[in-house]
Amino acid sequence: MRISPKHSQRIAVTVMWAIAGLTLAVLAFIISYILWHGLRHITWTFLTEPPQSMGREGGVLPMIVGTLWVTGLAVLIAAPVGIAAAIYLTEYTREGRMTAIIRFGADCLAGIPSIIFGLFGFVFFVITLGMGFSILSGALTLALMVLPTIIRTSEEAIRAVPKSYRDVSFGLGSTRWQMVTWVVLRSALPGICTGVVLSIGRSISETAAVMLTAGSAMGFPHSIFESSRTLSLHFYILSREGISMSNAYATASVLILSILGINLFAYWLMRRFVAKAV
Amino acid sequence: MRWALTTAALLLALVLVCVDWRGGKTTPINVIGSTSIQPFAEMLAEEFNKRPTNNLQQNWTVDVQGGGSTAGLQAAVNGMADIGMCSRELKKTPEEAGTFTPIVIARDGLAIVVHPSNPLNGVTKSQIQKMFEGQITNWKELGGRDQPVRLITREEGSGTREAFQKLVMGKSRISRKALTQESNGSVKELVKHDPAAVGYMSLGLVGAELKALTVDGAPATAAEVVANRYPLIRPFLFVTKGPPSDKAKLFIDYVLSPPGQQMLEKEGLIGAPNKLEQP
Amino acid sequence: MTTALTQTVGLTRPKTTRFNANPIIRIVLMLLALSAMSGLAIITLFIFKEGVPIIAKVGFRHFLFSSNWYPLEGEFGIFSMIMGSLAVTAGAMVVGMVFGLGCAILLTQFCPPRWVSIIKPAIELLAGIPSVVYGFIGVAILVPFIRDYLGGPGLSVLASSIVLGVMTLPTITSISVDALQAVPRTYGEGSIALGATEWQTTYMVILKAARSGIVAAVILGMGRAIGETMAVIMVAGNTLDVPHSILDPVRTLTSNIALEMGYAAGDHRKALFATGVTLFVIIMILNTIALTVSRRRSKGKVLAK
Repeated sequence: MRISPKHSQRIAVTVMWAIAGLTLAVLAFIISYILWHGLRHITWTFLTEPPQSMGREGGVLPMIVGTLWVTGLAVLIAAPVGIAAAIYLTEYTREGRMTAIIRFGADCLAGIPSIIFGLFGFVFFVITLGMGFSILSGALTLALMVLPTIIRTSEEAIRAVPKSYRDVSFGLGSTRWQMVTWVVLRSALPGICTGVVLSIGRSISETAAVMLTAGSAMGFPHSIFESSRTLSLHFYILSREGISMSNAYATASVLILSILGINLFAYWLMRRFVAKAV
Repeated sequence: MRWALTTAALLLALVLVCVDWRGGKTTPINVIGSTSIQPFAEMLAEEFNKRPTNNLQQNWTVDVQGGGSTAGLQAAVNGMADIGMCSRELKKTPEEAGTFTPIVIARDGLAIVVHPSNPLNGVTKSQIQKMFEGQITNWKELGGRDQPVRLITREEGSGTREAFQKLVMGKSRISRKALTQESNGSVKELVKHDPAAVGYMSLGLVGAELKALTVDGAPATAAEVVANRYPLIRPFLFVTKGPPSDKAKLFIDYVLSPPGQQMLEKEGLIGAPNKLEQP
Repeated sequence: MTTALTQTVGLTRPKTTRFNANPIIRIVLMLLALSAMSGLAIITLFIFKEGVPIIAKVGFRHFLFSSNWYPLEGEFGIFSMIMGSLAVTAGAMVVGMVFGLGCAILLTQFCPPRWVSIIKPAIELLAGIPSVVYGFIGVAILVPFIRDYLGGPGLSVLASSIVLGVMTLPTITSISVDALQAVPRTYGEGSIALGATEWQTTYMVILKAARSGIVAAVILGMGRAIGETMAVIMVAGNTLDVPHSILDPVRTLTSNIALEMGYAAGDHRKALFATGVTLFVIIMILNTIALTVSRRRSKGKVLAK
């Protein structure tokens, strides 16, 4: 017996909704599972005290600071470079061999797994350049990793700026650089910020690359030349070593909450940006 | 637009404030190596960094990193570490025994752990060897339940694995079917939940949730290790390249001091002979 | 468009007697823009420099096709890990394709806009969750479930496939959505006008038209799956055997590197870099295929992520 087109339509749509529903359910489950077990262990002291006896007791302050340092530094390095690359691609050149090379580089870099970045960071920054396991090594590695995201999102944001803006700017007698900095970047800023914010999210959740470059010292980092354990690595170690499940859940909750916050912020920026562009 | 810049600036300020808070200039004593010793070393480091200091010592803080025994030895050679941690005996080669000064900070038993519901209480060393070679594949063969033996081993290069290899396996290889886990903790987690599993781990970390098997008739307890009756014992070593440097010695002396040793014993390790060993 | 822009610029740029900084800015920007390419080059250089000599020493064929991995005895064969990576990736693609494509089709064809604005950010959020959290949930929920109800150790190809499938879903969905949206509306409208149902239209017209984009999405998803590390270490079991069933544990190329890297010295470390080289080559092949496929579809449109 053949199924009539109408039936197959109904079945297909139901299946699609079921799939999407299941996907949302998985997401909701992961988030609520972690928060359910973790939220009650997040206290003020947990956030403001260093860990004691390997993380069994005490808090995660050094890890929060380490994460902020590694992430902040990575984005601070990657953002200017990435945005400059995007400006070059959109405003300073035509499509040609050069843009093809740049795009190929960015696309390939985007596809490289984080463990390869980790291996590279380990042999290049940690050993060859002698930076040791340090915040700096970790940040440089992560900067390379998020660079393609920043180039790509900035490029899209800049391209979305209407051509008329540029024409007006030129018409008023500005140089190209003035046009780019005063007009184009200004209107593309929310879009660019979205990319940067997403990169921050990606750096926060990265573990493999950080493990091989920033090390896992639990102490309070006093400079960028010291090793520091990030939150995600701390969570990994706590849960794998079975040191303290309550602290592991609490650390994961801090991670999940910051990722949630970052994504909501990016989403808000994006909507603002889209509303503006239309 | 301004808000975006403001947010960024605030975030940056926060980072900087967080870091400068507690500023204080300190020079680290880097301790790198075995993940088995790492938790204990971190605990010792915490106390070392916290204790009241005089003018001479206040600039030193101990910084502990994992990475594994082999990485620890390497780090000690290339100067990245002031002290390397190694959870097995040094090999009698010029690269190891010829280069390093080993200091035994504690001794540790290697426990053979199973699920608490496992009816088996004791095994012999050769039975363990046969199990991990993959020759004994069912618990029935050892007088246990009729279920397959699930081997859990540590990764290649781990000090615990090398100690196990040397103490139990000898020249024979660990079965390729063995599940490989990267830490004592994950071995523990796995065995805790799997009635068919058998693994090996640091005796100090076994805890109450697992059953440690009697080996060759000697129960796996601290007392048996101290009495040298339990057959699977390995040293926990601090190694330095050549004789220890002055700052390395500060921490080593602390670890070997009575408070340091007491802390280790409280955690289930067995104290060291309280002296520096000569190479 | 750019050409038109340049012409406009040529016409309207004011004549100034001041020092012209434009060429310098252009060159500085170009150098910065090349950073990604040079990053790629230097990564390739260092990974290969560390890894290739040991492959040459062991023998190319032995390295790839022997499954004897006894690094401390100088035996380096990664066949079982290659098989492990392939098995896990294949499984992940089944999960990722069903769910990723399902979501993409729903989002572009059947979903009211209000729901799109909920489902889409949710899927993006799924991409933001740290891989260690996925691994952790896998170990805490999935592994015991498989062990208790399906047998085996629980740590298995199946568990890794499900975890990786969920992790690659956002990649597959977002790129497929782009591909599906790029299909001209007239195609669908024509089909509907001929009396086809929406599903028939989607199935026979839209999916066919977006085929190359979807292929690119799946290949990039494969790249993601094969390169994922932390979650796989936690749920795959990491045995050295070639898997025979989906309930068998496996070791992947990535978990081999991450497991042993901290401990490795000498040839062992080099062999781990050589494992990295293998992974790198596989990823580059996948990337190139994906880029070629998608470029054929729409010239000049780039894919990242």
